[in-house]
Amino acid sequence: MAVKTLTINGEQYSAQEGESILSVARQHNIPIPTLCHLEGLSTVGACRLCVVQIEGIPRLLPACTTKVEEGMVIQTANERLNKYRRMIVALLASEGNHVCAVCVANNHCELQDLAYSVGLVRVRYPYLFPNKQLDATHKDYVMDHNRCVLCTRCVRVCDEVEGAHVWDVAGRGINSEIITGLDYSWGNSQTCTECGKCVMVCPTGALFEKGVTVSEMEKKKGFLKYIITARQKKEWVSIGNE
Amino acid sequence: MSSVITISPVSRIEGHAKITIHLNAKGEVEDARFHVNEFRGFEKFCEGRLLWEMPGLTSRICGICPASHLVTSAKAGDDILSIGIPETAEKLRRLLVLAQWIQSHALSFFHLSSPDFLLGFEADPAIRNIFGLLHHDKEFARKGIRLRKFGQQIIEFLGGRRIHTPWAVAGGVRESFTREERDTLLSWYPEVLETALMALDTVKQIHDQFTKEISCFGNFHSLFVGMVGSKGELEYYGGNLRIMDSAGNIIADNIDPREYYNHFGEASESWSYLKFPYYKPLGYPKGIYRVGPLARLNICDSIETPLAEQERKMFKDLTPTTEAVNNSFYFHYARLIELLFAVERVEQLLCDPAILGTHVRSKAEINKLEGVGASEAPRGTLFHHYWVNEDGVLQKVNMLIATAQNNMAMNRTVRQIAMQYIDGKKIPEPVLNRIEAGIRCFDPCLSCSTHAVGQMPLEVLLYDDQGILLERRVK
Repeated sequence: MAVKTLTINGEQYSAQEGESILSVARQHNIPIPTLCHLEGLSTVGACRLCVVQIEGIPRLLPACTTKVEEGMVIQTANERLNKYRRMIVALLASEGNHVCAVCVANNHCELQDLAYSVGLVRVRYPYLFPNKQLDATHKDYVMDHNRCVLCTRCVRVCDEVEGAHVWDVAGRGINSEIITGLDYSWGNSQTCTECGKCVMVCPTGALFEKGVTVSEMEKKKGFLKYIITARQKKEWVSIGNE
Repeated sequence: MSSVITISPVSRIEGHAKITIHLNAKGEVEDARFHVNEFRGFEKFCEGRLLWEMPGLTSRICGICPASHLVTSAKAGDDILSIGIPETAEKLRRLLVLAQWIQSHALSFFHLSSPDFLLGFEADPAIRNIFGLLHHDKEFARKGIRLRKFGQQIIEFLGGRRIHTPWAVAGGVRESFTREERDTLLSWYPEVLETALMALDTVKQIHDQFTKEISCFGNFHSLFVGMVGSKGELEYYGGNLRIMDSAGNIIADNIDPREYYNHFGEASESWSYLKFPYYKPLGYPKGIYRVGPLARLNICDSIETPLAEQERKMFKDLTPTTEAVNNSFYFHYARLIELLFAVERVEQLLCDPAILGTHVRSKAEINKLEGVGASEAPRGTLFHHYWVNEDGVLQKVNMLIATAQNNMAMNRTVRQIAMQYIDGKKIPEPVLNRIEAGIRCFDPCLSCSTHAVGQMPLEVLLYDDQGILLERRVK
C-alpha cells in the first residue's frame, strides 16, 4: 500500500493510502474533537465537529471521512475552525433539552466535555425547548430523546457489533429521531438482546441505566476494543476499567 | 380617597415578594397583603421525568433548603419502591436534615433577623444587615457564620457539595460517611454548642426589649401543624402529623403523612402566586394554620436532647395556661431551640457506631403507582406526592411546601403590624422594616413555595392613560 506524505499544522507526517486524516492525527496525538466518531464503529461524518482546513479547498472537510492525499496541507485548529466547532456545539445545545445540572451523565458526558473544550460560554441561538419524550418501557434501560444528539452510535453499535439492529433513525431534519424497531416502544422490541452496548457508547445522558441518579451514569466503552480485537485477531485484550 | 402603599421588594427573605397596604378615605389601614410574585413550575415540568431523577430535580427548587427537598423526594421514592432503606442510610439522612436545620436556622437568625434586634428597627437600612452586624459585634457575627458553616460542612461531607447535592436517592443514599469526617465534626461540636446557647441567650434578652413588637407581630389564634414521634417528641424526619388548636387542644393526631391531602386543601387568590393551604374540616379561610418551629414546639410533648428540652419547658412557660404560644414573634425563639436540639442530636448521631456503616442503598423496581414523602423542613412540614406509571415515569406531582402553609398567617401578620403602626399616608422607614420583620418571623422561602404552574388564577388589568379600567381578564 502506498505511503502518502502530508503536512498537519506545519509538521510533516506520512500515512498509509486510504487512511483518514483523523486516524493519522490520532496516531500522532494531534487533538481533533469528535462526537459521532467512535473507534471500532463505522464512520458516518454526521456531527462535523472534526472539520479541518485543507489548503486549496475552500470548504472545511470532516477529518473522519476525508482520506489522506499526497502533499495535503492541513490545519486542525485555528480561529475559523474553533468558531465553527463552537457553533456546532451551540446548535446541539439549543435544539435539545440539555440540563447538565440534573442529568444522569453530568460530568461523564462527551457533549459537556466538548462544550468546555471549544470554550462555549453562552448559546446565542434561541433554545427550541422541543417537546420530546422519554421511553422508560425497557426493564433495564431508558432512552431520553431530550438528550439525544443523533450521533447514531447506538444505531451502529447495535447493527455492527451486536448484530441485532434494534435502532434506526426516523423522520427528517429537525424532526429526526432514534426509533426502536419499526417505532415500537423499547420494552416491546423483539430484537433487543438487552446487552446495553447502545447505552455505553451513547455520548450523552440520552441512553442510561434505569435507577441511576444525577451524575451516576458512567459510560464504559472498553468492551468495543475487547470485542473487535477478539474478532479480528482472536486476541482477548485486557481493558481494565475503560 | 383611598390609596395604596407598596413595599417592593421585601428584603432579607429568600425570594421575591411585595406588600401592598390599602388605606381608606381617613388614611387608616383597611387591608394589607403579602404578594409573592415569583413563578416557578416544578410540578408541571417534572411530569414525564423518571422517579429516580426526582430528588436531584426537586432539590433545585431552593438554594437554602435543597437537602429538605432531596430527602423528602427520596422518601416519596422509597414509598413508590415500597422499600425499607438500610439503618445507616436512615441515620445519615437524619444527619442531613439536621444539618439543613442548623445552616438554615443560623442563616435566619444571624444573617437575616438579628440585625433588626441588635442594631434596632430604627437603624439606618444601609447598616442593618450582616455587614453592619459584623461592624457592631464582630465576634457575634463570626460565630453565627461559623455555626452555619458547621451545618454546611456536614452537608458537604455527606453529599460532596454544600448546595444541591444529589446524594439522597430512592432506596437510601449514594455514599457512606467516613471516620475522619465524623471526627472532624465531633471536634467542632463544643464550639457550635456554645454558639447555639449564645444565640438563645440573645433572643431571650430581646423579648424584654421589644414588647410592643411582640404584642402585634402575628399574635392571633390559628391551628398548628407538624410531625411528632411515636412518644409525642419533636420529630424532623419521620413521625406522624399532629394538629393543635390555639388553646392547646390536640384536635387530630397520629395522621399518616400519606393522608395529608384528606386534611389539607389549597386555595388560590388572584393577587399572589403563592397558594393558601388550609385545614379542610374548617374550610378556607377559617382553617388557617401555622407550621415550622413555632408549631413544632407547640405540638410536641418533649424534646429528646437535654438542653433543648430545658428550653422547651421555658418556651411553654410563655403562656400561663396550657394554651399554645400564639405569637409569631416567638418563631425566633422556637427556631433557636430547634437549632440547639439539632446541634445536640447531631452529636448523638455522630457517636452512634451505625453511622459509619457501608450498606446504604437498597434497590427495587416500581411497586406502587403513588407515593408520598414528608419531612420537617426548617420552615415546616414538607410533602412531596408523586404518581407514576409502571415504568416509573411521573404522571403527576404535588408538593405542599412549608412557606405556603404559613401564607395565610403571614398575610394576617402583615395586616396586624400595618394596623398597629401606620397612621396616615406616609410610612416611616422603621415601620416599613417592622412589616418586613413580621414576615421574617416565618423565615419564608418563596422560591420553594411557588413551585407550581397551571392552577393559579392569573389576572390581567388593562387601563387607559386616564387610569380607567378597560378590560379585566382572568385566566
